[in-house]
Amino acid sequence: MSKYALLIDTNWCTGCHTCEMACQIEHGYPMDEFGIKLAHIGPWQITEDNWQDAWVPVPTEQCDTCAMRRANGKPPTCVSHCQAQCIEFGEVGELAGRANERGISLFVI
Amino acid sequence: MDDLYTLVDHEKPYRYKEGDLTVTRGSAWNGPGCHLGCGVLLYTNDDGELVKVEGDPENPYNQGRLCVRCLDTLESVYNKDRLLHPMKRAREDRGKDKWERISWEEALDIVADNLNRIKEEYGAESVIFQQGTGRDIAPWITRLCWSFGSPNYCFGMSGMSCFLPRVAGCAATTGAMWVADYSQQFADRYDDPEWEVPGVVVVWGNNPVVANSDGAYGHWVIDVMKRGAKLITVDPRRTWLANHSDAYLQIRPGTDAALALGMLNVIIKEKLYDEDFVDRWCYGFEELAERASSFPLDKVEEITWVPKEKIANAARLIATSKSAAFQWGVAIDMTKEAIPAGQAIAALFEITGNIDNPGGMIAPPSILPYSGGWGQELIPQAQKEKRIGLDKYALLNFGFQMASTDELVKTIETEDPYPIKAAWIQTTNPIANTAPDPERTLNAYRKLDFIACVDLYMTPTAMALADVLLPAAMFPERDGIRCGDNAQRGEAINKVVSVGECRSDQEINLELGKRLNPGAWPWRDVEEMYGEVLACTGMTFSELREKAPAYLPFTYRKYEKGMLRGDGQPGFNTSTGRIELWSTFYDQAGLDPLPYFEEPTPGPGSTPELLDEYPLVVTTGARNWSMFHSEHRQVPRLRNMHPDPIIQINPKTARDLGIEQGDWVWVENQRGRCKRKAELTPIVDERVCSTDAAWWFPEEPGAEDEGLFGMWDVNIGKLIGYEPGKAGFGSNYKTLLCKVYKA
Repeated sequence: MSKYALLIDTNWCTGCHTCEMACQIEHGYPMDEFGIKLAHIGPWQITEDNWQDAWVPVPTEQCDTCAMRRANGKPPTCVSHCQAQCIEFGEVGELAGRANERGISLFVI
Repeated sequence: MDDLYTLVDHEKPYRYKEGDLTVTRGSAWNGPGCHLGCGVLLYTNDDGELVKVEGDPENPYNQGRLCVRCLDTLESVYNKDRLLHPMKRAREDRGKDKWERISWEEALDIVADNLNRIKEEYGAESVIFQQGTGRDIAPWITRLCWSFGSPNYCFGMSGMSCFLPRVAGCAATTGAMWVADYSQQFADRYDDPEWEVPGVVVVWGNNPVVANSDGAYGHWVIDVMKRGAKLITVDPRRTWLANHSDAYLQIRPGTDAALALGMLNVIIKEKLYDEDFVDRWCYGFEELAERASSFPLDKVEEITWVPKEKIANAARLIATSKSAAFQWGVAIDMTKEAIPAGQAIAALFEITGNIDNPGGMIAPPSILPYSGGWGQELIPQAQKEKRIGLDKYALLNFGFQMASTDELVKTIETEDPYPIKAAWIQTTNPIANTAPDPERTLNAYRKLDFIACVDLYMTPTAMALADVLLPAAMFPERDGIRCGDNAQRGEAINKVVSVGECRSDQEINLELGKRLNPGAWPWRDVEEMYGEVLACTGMTFSELREKAPAYLPFTYRKYEKGMLRGDGQPGFNTSTGRIELWSTFYDQAGLDPLPYFEEPTPGPGSTPELLDEYPLVVTTGARNWSMFHSEHRQVPRLRNMHPDPIIQINPKTARDLGIEQGDWVWVENQRGRCKRKAELTPIVDERVCSTDAAWWFPEEPGAEDEGLFGMWDVNIGKLIGYEPGKAGFGSNYKTLLCKVYKA
């Protein structure tokens, strides 16, 4: 059976929390439960003009790949609404080869 | 007429079935929420309830994306705190929770009777018509105001320090407002063959991904970065954008004009400007060059706290990029000398030829000129001339036709040159938000004989002041057209639900307008009224809602083609026909015709003697993802994302002050103090702190003797005064001195 994954280009994630909210609303999760959750890595200074400051959306146990939406031909809600358009959904095999640049993460669900 | 407009292919009608639900396509303009009017899909069930809001992937504006506030629309629409029906209260009970439910008929009659009574006794100018942020109110409230005969349309912020200074300044010196070109004027957006990716985006004085200011969808900055645009960020806070910039200038708040003049100096001295454009289309370059030459980078570094090499490099990047799009924001407006600051920054894109060019700055196309109001012909000239502040500030003649807020407050207090007796306050909460010195503001407004407020919720402003309070509909509860700031597109707002007896702002204005001056409001309903505005498009409202969004024709370099001036001649709509780097209007108005820098007062440069007592520069009004101005505090999921008012302090500064992460602190200056929760973060300089604004706690008791929803402890306006710049625009909201200590 094929597995699904989220390919996330964290180079562009601005930390807007849209994925978290879209997921909570779609699934009716309470505000302290998440199907996808942001981690903020930073900010700290590395060198004079280079700072670590990245947001990483991480799918959780409660990510069901928006199976209901997908049955209606729609992408998962985090993908649809992501303001930086940095989340892609697909089969692991299709996406894995693209996780080949710094800052691109593949989360197998 | 359809061929004039570029339409988007829709697979479905504007309303269609999807399974058990009905989906309605439309625009999310507002309230609740921001200026943008993103394309949304509103899902309703068979019981007529709104059950979900999603982004509309077909809408070129946001391309299916949505922020947390619109995703969480249901918690706003069905919020337990909504106002559901009109109410009245005896004037002597202002501030008390002694409301009486009344019908719309009675409410509108009371308002009309009082306004007419005051008009009869004191003149129409004694009634002010006040709005707040960029909601769908400006056309309708201006018509209401002017058709009533009052010249006093207003906005409760010192120096009208939000957007208006840049609009008035640009109008006076170039004849148009200029916004960054992200292809927003094209239906096919980034694929449009005319459009080019900006060489560099210059984010100056806003954090667009959070703020979404002035009609620009913030994440367009990300879109163009992905397509190769470089990024310069000018911000006192090291934001995410700052950390992802090619050049980041961590500026001392309020010194933007000095920074821009320093950059101009570099660009002019190194001859990096667009000589051909300057020669053919600009006026006063030599004078500008001379002014800029008095800003050598050593001096600019000292003023702005930005290292001079960084200033020079950023200036060179702007001038040598094929195009530069300036994402300029309210921080420029929210300093006292906002006009020369905006003028200096505008000169950067002007002398580099970034005017009406692909990937540079564009004058947004419009259906209804947003800043001009609707119905200026309705007010008699003699009344027009009575606009408060017009005699003192000639620049009020440009852009939004507003009264001077600072002069207005004085006029209420002194009744000079005439008494102000009533206020129509429409969907704005100035006491908790834009008003400086809230105590003075409240005391002034308390004098008024009659006050009507319109709002979504009971607010500190309405609780303190309203005699009649009318409940306003949110965007899913109304039909409308979006004719707001930035590039306008024929965009329909479509009603899907009703909540209580709420009515749209437009319907309220129409119904009140009919009572006050029926001749000026001949329309049966709002749809007919929209038809009047849309007449120039050849579409009715019901046609538009099927086709929306409809994009207006757009041409670059209109100044070459005689498309900017009334007389059809090439050039710009100014008295010289050129972009005025040296402003003939400012000169005539007794203002400095060139951009200049003045130290913010108080501030480290102007009042060093205060630094012992108030050692930190504080900038206010930082935006948060889940809140818009004073809104959303009662919306559970959104409040949960940002439960408390915060102040960001550098960890080293905090350590010196004995303040730890999460401590409640007082932020205090010579005017007053307010409470904040400390957030320790290295994104601010050790000498600077940054705080959000517009706080109140809807969950706390509202009656005035119980604290107006906890507002007094957390109102940052207590540190701010009514002190506009020389042109009447701008005020120091974003640059103050303070001390911070544990509460």
